[in-house]
Amino acid sequence: MMNYTRLLCKKETDSYFGSPAAYIFLIVFLIFSGWFFASPLFLANTSDMRSIFDMIPLLFMFFVPVITMGLLAKERSNGTIELLSTFPLTDEQIVMGKFWAALKLIVIGLLFTLIHFITIAFLGTNIDFGSIICGYLGLVLVGAVYASIGMFSSSLSNNQIVSFIISFAIIFVLYMLQYSLFFIPAALAGFFQYISIGYHFSSIARGVIDTRNIIYFLGLCIIFLRLAITVLESRKWK
Amino acid sequence: MIRLENLVKDYGTVRAVDHVNFEIRDGEILGFLGPNGAGKSTTLKMITCYLSPTDGNIYVDEDNVIENSLEIRKKIGYLPEQNPLYAEMLVYDYLKFVADIRQVKNFKARLKEILDLCGLHGVVQKPIQTLSKGYKQRVGIAQAIIHDPEILILDEPTSGLDPNQIVEIRELIKKLGKEKTLIISSHILQEVQAVCDRIVIIHEGKIVADGSSDELKADMNKRMTVKLTLNATPEEVDTMISFLGNITLKDMKQNHELTDVVLEFDSIIDRRPDIFNYVKKNDWIMYEMHRDDVSLEAVFRKLTIEGGK
Repeated sequence: MMNYTRLLCKKETDSYFGSPAAYIFLIVFLIFSGWFFASPLFLANTSDMRSIFDMIPLLFMFFVPVITMGLLAKERSNGTIELLSTFPLTDEQIVMGKFWAALKLIVIGLLFTLIHFITIAFLGTNIDFGSIICGYLGLVLVGAVYASIGMFSSSLSNNQIVSFIISFAIIFVLYMLQYSLFFIPAALAGFFQYISIGYHFSSIARGVIDTRNIIYFLGLCIIFLRLAITVLESRKWK
Repeated sequence: MIRLENLVKDYGTVRAVDHVNFEIRDGEILGFLGPNGAGKSTTLKMITCYLSPTDGNIYVDEDNVIENSLEIRKKIGYLPEQNPLYAEMLVYDYLKFVADIRQVKNFKARLKEILDLCGLHGVVQKPIQTLSKGYKQRVGIAQAIIHDPEILILDEPTSGLDPNQIVEIRELIKKLGKEKTLIISSHILQEVQAVCDRIVIIHEGKIVADGSSDELKADMNKRMTVKLTLNATPEEVDTMISFLGNITLKDMKQNHELTDVVLEFDSIIDRRPDIFNYVKKNDWIMYEMHRDDVSLEAVFRKLTIEGGK
């Protein structure tokens, strides 16, 4: 069963790297993250990666929806979804295969940012390796959540632009909730803070791995992937 | 064997398929005929498990599409309408991908067979988007047969092709039909007539005819249609028809001093001698009289345009 998911994942990965899309994504992502890494590095004069860790979730807000927007929307507009769905594959395998491919590309992007880590390791002193490792774990989790939101949005429409806008909007709201706490009644503030992505990410990036944060991220992934699968299955509703 | 039982499909308030029942025996080549929008594609989409029936069921051997959809999908090779393909993939990569999903053992050998059969050797290493429509169609068919399915379903396999390509694809379909249960949908009669053992005509979601092309024609031949050209006035022709009795006037056109008439009567008694004698008695001149042979085309038109009987 896993086998089918892997096959689809491989096909999507090949299609990312078979077109300029993946390369453009990686290059632009590196330029941006390099900029956000280098510009405050000497100003702050600390050997940590805090600045880049704070920026990447924001960069991902644009980049991840771009990666995921076509995954299902394009299948629908080309009609190839009909082929996939009449192969002996479950809708779950289709969604998961594509999700892993998107996540793979995100992780590759993150791996390239290790160059900043190497820079720090050579130049800096008193490096907190623990918090850097946690930061990367947090970024992978954030990437996974964004990708699952992207999968859901891509399942909704056969227009890639529409799916980009939907996933951007959902991510934006989920991320920005923690900055809107002033406007929210005190009684609800705790709840809104708890459902915001930024809150959970910053606690992981601080170097503390709390199961609550992990459960939050995995839970969001499962919810949005489940939604995407349900949307695909909806064509079979009577 | 495929069995459709009381199959119904609604799209919102529109009933696309309305209580369809028929059976397809193993090895049969079935032509599924109907005008555009008659419910052909919808029916095929339900057999291939892309859509679920609103009501009724489809059995393939002992499995049904609702409970054993994965098992059924393994047995079927499907070329959807419009032949969707991954345009940016190479033909080889695409066929490899499908073969992997279809769990084809010994891909190399199978690929060679398929390429021979579909005539794709020259284009294996080309991106699909650079191929001509005819080649794309062959890639679509190659995809459908790569796992050597028992059942092959081709939805309008020749639509949009030029006449030469149509002939090529038809030849290919004939070859495939020798060993498989084959369903071909089409709105083109000659196509179905050329390849199929049996024809099912669907109109507005309902089956309106089912049989071999000869049977369908025989059904229509219960009434004979005769075309005449005479130098009589339409009024005189009317008089003749009422005099002879049991003849229906289908059409009459005055063409200068001549009149073209189309008559229809039960073919049990041939009324042509009566007509001839009447014309002779009145000293008219008969420029033409011929029997209109019923083509499948006429059957189709009658069933689908004139709304059944």
